Amino acid sequence: MSHDTGATDAAEVGADDAGGGGPLLAVRDLAVEFRTREGTARAVNGVSYCVDSGETLAVLGESGSGKSVTAQAIMGILDTPPGRVAAGRVLFRGRDLLTAPEEERRRLRGERMAMIFQDALSSLNPVLSVGYQLGEMFRVHRGASRREARERAVDLMERVRIPAARERVNDYPHQFSGGMRQRIMIAMALALEPDLIIADEPTTALDVTVQAQVMELLAELQREFHMGLILITHDLGVVADVADRIAVMYAGRIVETAPVKELYAAPAHPYTKGLLESIPRLDHKGKELYAIQGLPPSLTALPSGCSFHPRCPLATERCTTERPPLHPVLDASEAPVAGRGSACHYWKETLHG
Amino acid sequence: MPEQRDTPGPGPLAAREEAAAEAMTVSSSPETARSLGSDAWHDLRRNPIFIVSGLLILFLVVIAIHPSLIATRDPLFCELGRSLDGPAPGHWFGFDAQGCDVYTRTVYGARASIAVGVCATLGVALIGAVVGGLAGFYGGIWDSLLSRTTDIFFAIPLILGAIVFLSMITLTGIWPVVLVIAALGWPQIARIARGAVITAKQHDYVQAARALGAGNGRMLLRHILPNAVAPVIVMSTIMLGTFIALEATLSFLGVGLQPPTVSWGVDISAASDGMQFRNAPHILLYPAAALSVTVLAFIMMGDAVRDALDPKLR
Repeated sequence: MSHDTGATDAAEVGADDAGGGGPLLAVRDLAVEFRTREGTARAVNGVSYCVDSGETLAVLGESGSGKSVTAQAIMGILDTPPGRVAAGRVLFRGRDLLTAPEEERRRLRGERMAMIFQDALSSLNPVLSVGYQLGEMFRVHRGASRREARERAVDLMERVRIPAARERVNDYPHQFSGGMRQRIMIAMALALEPDLIIADEPTTALDVTVQAQVMELLAELQREFHMGLILITHDLGVVADVADRIAVMYAGRIVETAPVKELYAAPAHPYTKGLLESIPRLDHKGKELYAIQGLPPSLTALPSGCSFHPRCPLATERCTTERPPLHPVLDASEAPVAGRGSACHYWKETLHG
Repeated sequence: MPEQRDTPGPGPLAAREEAAAEAMTVSSSPETARSLGSDAWHDLRRNPIFIVSGLLILFLVVIAIHPSLIATRDPLFCELGRSLDGPAPGHWFGFDAQGCDVYTRTVYGARASIAVGVCATLGVALIGAVVGGLAGFYGGIWDSLLSRTTDIFFAIPLILGAIVFLSMITLTGIWPVVLVIAALGWPQIARIARGAVITAKQHDYVQAARALGAGNGRMLLRHILPNAVAPVIVMSTIMLGTFIALEATLSFLGVGLQPPTVSWGVDISAASDGMQFRNAPHILLYPAAALSVTVLAFIMMGDAVRDALDPKLR
């Protein structure tokens, strides 16, 4: 593996200084590989990020950029084989999960960290009633009785504002609408009030009108329980409203990390800039919509140097040979901006250009 | 562009949701929630094939348990003087070579046939589901080991294997037959169970259950099994019929059940002498017809159950 550059990147500066035993979750130089017939696909190549309690980190990137795989590695639900964590550490409250025994990890899942999946219909078991599936959390982790679990399930459904919860607790997943199903998924993840929630594109499968409601609910519950939230998405609009910080991923690496407003105001990586410019805007009506040229690289044959160089408008000779580390981004007075980093040799030009 | 996220606007959101709640309660149809099982039952009750085969099987099971309900005589009470006699008052099916009442023996024969069929099927389903389920769930080396073992058993011809084993052991009664069928018949179920478990395992909800802290046992039993059990049930029901036929085959060949036991296979075997058949065809006809009807009933039942559990196949 070649993720050798400066281990503690700018990304971690902000949260590490928070003190008090370090951040809730810190991912360090995580690398995940998949063995495929075409060779080893490097889905994640040295990703580092961290999340604190009450904080929302949005992980942004297109399909295949490794954002979901990172989440699966954190949760410990990576399909192995073919997947394999090749290197790195996942520190949850300072404890390295990758070396922890499987039974300990299983007990952490659901209890301390939980995940919300993209497609709620396929993530709910079609043959079990939603009440049973919600109650299962209490039965597995808390040893609750059947009756008790059912009561808690009704509470949870009410908490995520499912109308007529008590009447619907014995209904099956297919009897709920998409938004309601996603609420049930959220309720399941929140059941035991975990410290960390990973939401893997929670609104992608939903109608636009329902998306806002679900995100609002998620943000509200996160504030209420003071949880850390990792929001995986490719929807820049969703991110703007709820995230505190953003990590942009490309080809298995974090290419830029920044507090949300600063990233939107002045991106420091050409890829981020391209993403922001490719959002349709009303004031650009009638003009051609910008698109990043080319396609994402094949994970079995990543480009040399900076993975983005074949598609980058600023690419030079240097970009094809030298892989940029995550540079700390400096403000006008040459002082580092807290939590900002860009993996581009020409971040200055991008930031100011 | 980036908006303030701290806009706790309960006003419009809450209002919207109240409206949504209202709409839901209004539009919620009287249709009740049904589990997979009750859904299948709902379909089955409307399927004439199921009704016919179900009634037949119910009848067969009842007379297997209480043959004296419709046959008052003793199946082992025979009068050699009436050997091969035709139908007579009170003996509508006639007499066999030993002078036993064919009707009584046919009724009593249901017990052994159905007992062998049911017990062998239970054994086969259990072994097959456990082996196939574990192979499919754990994969890797376990899958290779268990699947190759399955292949080895699959390679043993059922009838030939049963003949070899049964002619070696001296025990009599239904249990040796049940054990041999169970020991040799499970590979087919194991393959089906393995495939079904692999399919079910890949569903997102199994991954989701894992992400929320479910252990292997819970995932296998609660989340995978209910979604993988349908093909096993269907296959087992169909196999039940064939096992009843197999018992008759083995008895006919002289290695299955032995004479003091009353079974259709034993009677068919006894009646299959060419001379006897020409003179008194009824002694072959009745047990053979009973056997065919029973096998048919179970196969029809299997078909109906498959239709109910897997609507896509219709």
